[in-house]
Amino acid sequence: MATVAASPTYATTGVYRTSIMDWLTTVDHKKIGTLYLHTALFFFVVGGVEAIIMRAQLMGPNGKLVSAEVFNQLFTMHGTTMVFLVIMPLSAAFFNFLIPLQIGARDVAFPRLNAFSYWVYLFGGLFITIPIFFNAAPDGGWFAYTPLTGKTYSPGQNMNFWVLGIQILGISSLAAAFNFATTIINMRAPGMHLMRMPMFTWMSFVVQWLIILAFPVITIALFFMQFDRFFGTNFYNTFAGADPLLWQHLFWIFGHPEVYILVLPAFGLVSEVLPTYSRKPLFGYAVVAYSGILIGFLGFGVWAHHMFSVGMGPIADTVFGVTTMLIAIPTGVKIFNWIFTMWGGSIRFTTAMKFAIALIAMFTIGGISGITHASPPSDLQQTDTYYIVAHFHYVLYGGAIMGIFAGIYHYFPKMYGRKMDEKLGTWHFWLNFIAFNLTFFPMHFAGMLGMPRRIYTYDAGQGWETFNMLSSIGAFLMAPAFLIFAYNFFKSKRRGEVAGDNPWDAATLEWSIPSPPPEYNFAQIPMVTSRYPLWDLTHPERMEGIPHSMDGWDEAKQRTGEHVTTGGKHEADVAPMHIESERKSAKELGISMPNPTIKPLWVAAGILVLFSSLPVMYAGKKAIAFTMMAIGGSMFVGFLYAWLTTPMEDAH
Amino acid sequence: MAHAAETHAPTHHYTTTGLDNRKVAIWMFIGSECMLFASLISTYLIYKGKSLVGPYPHEAWTNPQTGQAFKAILNIPVTSISTFVLLMSSFAMVMALAAVENRAKPRPANPTFWWKVENSSKLWLFMTCLMGATFLGFQAYEFTSFVHEGLSIRRNLFGSSFFTLTGFHGAHVTAGVIWLGTLLAIDMKRGLQPKDAVWVDISALYWHFVDVVWIAIFTLVYLIK
Repeated sequence: MATVAASPTYATTGVYRTSIMDWLTTVDHKKIGTLYLHTALFFFVVGGVEAIIMRAQLMGPNGKLVSAEVFNQLFTMHGTTMVFLVIMPLSAAFFNFLIPLQIGARDVAFPRLNAFSYWVYLFGGLFITIPIFFNAAPDGGWFAYTPLTGKTYSPGQNMNFWVLGIQILGISSLAAAFNFATTIINMRAPGMHLMRMPMFTWMSFVVQWLIILAFPVITIALFFMQFDRFFGTNFYNTFAGADPLLWQHLFWIFGHPEVYILVLPAFGLVSEVLPTYSRKPLFGYAVVAYSGILIGFLGFGVWAHHMFSVGMGPIADTVFGVTTMLIAIPTGVKIFNWIFTMWGGSIRFTTAMKFAIALIAMFTIGGISGITHASPPSDLQQTDTYYIVAHFHYVLYGGAIMGIFAGIYHYFPKMYGRKMDEKLGTWHFWLNFIAFNLTFFPMHFAGMLGMPRRIYTYDAGQGWETFNMLSSIGAFLMAPAFLIFAYNFFKSKRRGEVAGDNPWDAATLEWSIPSPPPEYNFAQIPMVTSRYPLWDLTHPERMEGIPHSMDGWDEAKQRTGEHVTTGGKHEADVAPMHIESERKSAKELGISMPNPTIKPLWVAAGILVLFSSLPVMYAGKKAIAFTMMAIGGSMFVGFLYAWLTTPMEDAH
Repeated sequence: MAHAAETHAPTHHYTTTGLDNRKVAIWMFIGSECMLFASLISTYLIYKGKSLVGPYPHEAWTNPQTGQAFKAILNIPVTSISTFVLLMSSFAMVMALAAVENRAKPRPANPTFWWKVENSSKLWLFMTCLMGATFLGFQAYEFTSFVHEGLSIRRNLFGSSFFTLTGFHGAHVTAGVIWLGTLLAIDMKRGLQPKDAVWVDISALYWHFVDVVWIAIFTLVYLIK
């Protein structure tokens, strides 16, 4: 059997040499992760342009750039895009690429469902975005409060696109959550106990449970809104006696866990980056894991802190104020653990490390303003002002996005076999950091001086002009910062410095295989004896105090002794912890991989056609709508049946 | 890398818990469905007694404008029958699963009639589908008679929340009947083998879950006034 050395074709081009059909039919988690990453970066530009137009409008008093109606569409789409089409899919890109590699698996539990999730995301994202070009973009705010968004006050098609689009995106997230949760529970390498999983996988695990439990609630809230708009039901119809707060409660029971869904993956990425570039294990691993679980759990108990101004009464206000203050504790614990991770370490200030440290500082600022909101009387002044806008941008951009950038710089070499340029990275970091703070810090003051949210213009003489001008300049500077990043990203794919398997000398399993990984990930599944398996081999001096045991051996022996394999034909499919530098093909190694298929794409397309029939019906074109339902329904059922009755991989 | 000949084909891939991936996934799915029905049931309970106009579930009402009289619209005796049928369908499901899992056991030389009944997966899958479809028939009858009696989905809060809640449940039953019907068709075509048992297992879990949700709905909507 000829051996293939680290293939020069991968190292020199650094990109997958694949055709369009390869991308349309892929079920490989690494390729699907790449699809998510690129699509999300595209939507990041869309959301960013929406923000820049808003900031241009608000640069001075009585701006005339856009009308109020267009401004409503801008802030609605900016929020919807950034939350659902950018941050969640960027996290999904990492879930996809990284989780199987970190736990020593060859793919996720349901590779075709994985592809399906991506295509549903793409189609949902297009469904909710394309209406912009017809001046029919959703315009009721990203949280779509009723009764404003009911049929009476939003009679146009705009909110139909929102309510249906979010429903489609929910299908994508839920399917992915079932997939990753099953993967993490059921496909870990021998010896990888839960408390040995890399922290990114831990945080991702908590996030999947948040999705599983929170998304059904908004699914129902959206169904109620759809039924009210399309079928005339009374869920949000106060004239029929409905509770005017029902939508808000249902939305925020989803919405608060959603913000932890947005930030925990970035916390996980930072928990990988900091130990690597401090050359020290993560401080207080167990505490960081438990606080992640606690955040997830408590996150379901704080939702009404978004509703302190609606008149719930003193008991409800107090309870939610207390729970909100409590949830700051596990979050703060993580901050300390990250700082202690760096303390006494030997720091390398790579771009990834800069972004990770920035997350700690920026998220702390956002967290402090968050604590001021936790007190209902204090929040009564802050709510619906720019002070809140400042808070959530500090935690979402300063937190989630900066953590994701850290992850991109850190994992780019693993994905593409080349490093991103550090000089360009430094420019990106500093320009981004300054622009971000210039944009959002003044908003604390504008908010405190009473500037409300979601206004398209304001009069002079209220003390807001300077702050708005500063914010707008900062926003305009975010664009060149991002362009530097984009240039760096695409240039480095082809001409970046060739990275080896472990350019950062990191500790976890994904760094023990070639960059980019071969399709089968691991030629032999490694047996894991601690939470830093590579450092066991390469830096045992860093492992003092880290729990070790050899029970991976027993599990693996049991595994091979029972003649079951992890997917390969050969029994010695498991081996003690080792580094793999050879690149072979799955066929050579006798490893059976799932077959590519286009069926998930067609099922997703069927869903898109089905959902698209509803705005058509709303416009009164019943015949066309029913035809579309029939076509979409048949596509969905037909291709789903074909998918379910086709085996995932060839018999072996 | 050592190579050794396989002595027999593995029935499933190795997993950390020993459970099939699909079994783990169906439990997660059921977890999400719990939150789905919890939201629907909570909304129903929040709106209980809050409708401004009738018809109402448990009390008679006369329309003050038109003078038209409505009786309490829920028919508990009839719905008790359909509830019983759905509960018994879970028994049929258990038998169907057992029959498929025992497929590998050797057939006795002279199987008795009762042995054949017990081990006929086709019979029990059919019975489950039949009872599920019967339940749906009762639901269809109930919905159409309510609409004839003046309660539509847009009539009042009760109509909206009742039809949506029971309609979602009925949709889940329908999906289950289609799923089991497909398994029955496969059984009739090529026979379900022990390796297919995981599919029957997870469909059984789904079916029992739908049954439990109905118990909650029947109690909270029909029985508690």
